[in-house]
Amino acid sequence: MAARKPKASNVSADELTQFYRDMLLIRRFEEKAGQLYGMGLIGGFCHLYIGQEAVVVGLEAATEEGDKRITSYRDHGHMLACGMDPNGVMAELTGRIGGYSKGKGGSMHMFSAEKHFYGGHGIVGAQVPIGAGLAFADKYKDNGRVTFTYFGDGAANQGQVYETFNMAALWDLPVVFVIENNQYAMGTAMKRSTSTPDIYTRGEAFGIPGEAVDGMDVLAVKAAGEKAVAHCRAGKGPYILEVKTYRYRGHSMSDPAKYRTREEVQKMREERDPIDHVRDLLLTGKHATEDDLKAIDKEIKAIVNASADFSRESPEPPVDELYTDIYAEVS
Amino acid sequence: MENERKLTIARAMAEATAQEMRIDPSVFVMGEDIAELGGVFGNTRGLLEEFGKERVRDTPISETGFIGAAVGAAQDGMKPVVELMFVDFFGVCFDAIYNLMAKNTYFSGGKFNVPMVLMTSTGGGYSDAGQHSQCLYGSFAHLPGMKVVSPSNAYDAKGLMTAALRDPNPVIYMYHKGLQGMGWLGTEAGAIVHVPEESYEVEIGKAAIAREGRDVTIVSIAQGVHHGLKAADKLAEQGISAEVVDLRSLVPLDRDTIRASVAKTGRLIVVDEDYHSYGVSGEIIATVTESNMADLKAAPKRIAYPDVPIPFARVMEQHCLPNADKIVAAARDLCGAPVPA
Ligand SMILES: Cc1ncc(C[n+]2csc(CCOP(=O)(O)OP(=O)(O)O)c2C)c(N)n1
Ligand SMILES: [Mg+2]
Repeated sequence: MAARKPKASNVSADELTQFYRDMLLIRRFEEKAGQLYGMGLIGGFCHLYIGQEAVVVGLEAATEEGDKRITSYRDHGHMLACGMDPNGVMAELTGRIGGYSKGKGGSMHMFSAEKHFYGGHGIVGAQVPIGAGLAFADKYKDNGRVTFTYFGDGAANQGQVYETFNMAALWDLPVVFVIENNQYAMGTAMKRSTSTPDIYTRGEAFGIPGEAVDGMDVLAVKAAGEKAVAHCRAGKGPYILEVKTYRYRGHSMSDPAKYRTREEVQKMREERDPIDHVRDLLLTGKHATEDDLKAIDKEIKAIVNASADFSRESPEPPVDELYTDIYAEVS
Repeated sequence: MENERKLTIARAMAEATAQEMRIDPSVFVMGEDIAELGGVFGNTRGLLEEFGKERVRDTPISETGFIGAAVGAAQDGMKPVVELMFVDFFGVCFDAIYNLMAKNTYFSGGKFNVPMVLMTSTGGGYSDAGQHSQCLYGSFAHLPGMKVVSPSNAYDAKGLMTAALRDPNPVIYMYHKGLQGMGWLGTEAGAIVHVPEESYEVEIGKAAIAREGRDVTIVSIAQGVHHGLKAADKLAEQGISAEVVDLRSLVPLDRDTIRASVAKTGRLIVVDEDYHSYGVSGEIIATVTESNMADLKAAPKRIAYPDVPIPFARVMEQHCLPNADKIVAAARDLCGAPVPA
C-alpha cells in the first residue's frame, strides 16, 4: 500500500478522516453481519460489501443533499454511506420490526425516503431503469438533483441496461450510472461473460461519456464522482463511471468460492485495500496519529455493536404485519 | 434394500441429462453458473467435465437473450436445456417463454417444434424474501403451449427429466429448492430415494399415488407432497386414513387420478405453496367439482400461500407456508373429528 503516492489534493485532513471513518463503519458492520449470519440470526442470502467500501464512500462525497441513490442487493454499504441508521439496517437483516422494512424485505430490500435511498433490489439489473425514472422525475421538476444508479459488472449484460442508456441519453437525464466492477458475477469471472474488456465504453454507442476509475482509491473515486455530477447538473445528460473494485468475501454467505484462488484475494487485500490506503495517507501525511485512529476504531466498534444489540432486541414482527403495506391506503 | 443407490434430486437431474447427452448430440445445456460451478443448486454438476464447454456453457446474466436463443436453437434442430436460476426471475424474460417458446409450434401450423427444457428453482422457507422464494406454479401452468413438471423425489426427477428431454415440446421443469439435497437449504430426507442406474422415463402428465388412503385425499406437488405424507402419518395415528396424490405434472394435469381418488375418499385438501388465489389449488378443486360434486362429503379445502408478497422475516414466512400441522387440522375438520384446542 505504501507504494501508492498520496495525491490528496481534492481533500482536507478532516475529509480524509471522515473517509476512514465511513469506510471502516461499512467494513466492521459487514464483518458483524457475517458473524450474525454464522450464528443463524440472519437468514437467506446475505451479500457483503467488504472490499468495495471506497466506491460508495467516494461517490457519496460528491453528492449534495437531495441527490438520489439506488442499487442492487449488495446494498448495506450504500445505506450506511448515505447516512441511514446502522440499527435499522442491522435489524432488517435479522428480520425485526425495528428494521427499515419492518422485517418484510431483509438484506436485499430496504428503502429510505429521508435519505433518498430507493433500494435494495434482488433482480439483477432491475434498478437501472428505475434510476433513470428517478432522474426523469427530477429533470421534469427541474430541481437540479442527480441520481446515482449502481449496478454490477454482471448486471451490465442485461438488456434493460441498454434500453435505459438509450433513453437517458435521448432525454439528457441527470443520472450517473455507476458500474461496480468487482470482476465477478457470482462464480463467473467478467472475462467469461462480457465481450468488451471495459464496460464503460459501451456508453459510446449511445453518446454517453464514461471512464474507468480505480475503485480501491477513495480519492480517485471522489474526483471522478465530482466530474460526473458536474456533467449531469450542467444539463448534459448521463455519465458512466466504471469503478474497478473487488469483493473480498463470497458472492453471498453461501458461496463455494471455487472460481478464484485464495492468493488472488489475498493479494488484493494486502496490496490494494482501500481502508489501509487512507490509513497510510493519514499517518504519512501526519493528519492523524495511531492513537487517533485507534480512537476512531473504538468509536466505530461501539456503533456496530450497538446495532447488533438493537437487531437482537428489537422484537420479531407480529403476524398482523403480513397484511399491512401490500397496498397503499386509498385516501 | 440396504445398499441400494440413493440420489438427491439434483444428482438425479444431472444424471438424466448426462445419459441423454451421451446418446443425443443435439442436447446442450446453458445458463448462469451451470458449467464451472455445476449450477447454484447442483443440478448440472459434472456435465462440463464430461461434455466440455461447447455443450455446457455458462451464459451472461441475459435471460431474455439466452432463453430466446434457446427457442431459436430448438427450432433449428437442437435440444436446449436452459436454466432460469430462480423462477422469480421469469419477469425479465417471460416473453421468450410464453409468447415464443410456448406458441411457435402453434403459430407455425406445426412446421416448427420447440423441443427444449427450461429448468428453474422454486420455493422458499429459508428467508430469502419475495423475489427469491416464489413457486409461481399457476403462472406457468396457466399458459397453453408448454408442459410443466415438478418432482417430489429423485426417482421421479430422473424419469421426468429424461421424458422432458425426449419430448418434442417445451417443458418447464420446476425443482423445489428445499428438495435439492443442498445442505445449506435444509434436507428433505423423503426426496432422496433409490434411483436406478439405467435411463428410464416417468410419463409427463401422470400423477402418482404417494400413499393410499380411504378418508381424505391430499393433492400436492413437490415439497407439498412431503408435507402431505407427514400429515398422513400423524392422521393415521388419529385413525384417519389419508391418500396422498403427487401430481408430478401440472400440464398436462392428470385429472382422472385426482377424480378417482376423491371419488373414493369423498374429501379433498389441496396443498399448494403458490399463492392462494387464481392458481393450482383452485384448478384442482374445479377439476373435482366440475365432474363429481356428488362424491364430495364436505367442501374442499386448500392450504396455500396467502395472497401477500413473501416476507423476509422467518416468523412471518413460516406462518404463511403450508405444513403438516395445517393439513392435519384441515383433515380433522373435514372428517368431522374435533380439532384439539
Ligand atoms: C434477473 C436475475 N438473474 C439472475 C440473478 C441471480 N444473481 C444474483 S446476483 C448475480 C450476480 C450479479 O453480479 P454483478 O452484477 O457483477 O453484481 P455483484 O454481485 O458482483 O455485486 C446473479 C447471477 C438475479 N438475482 N436476477
Ligand atoms: Mg460483480
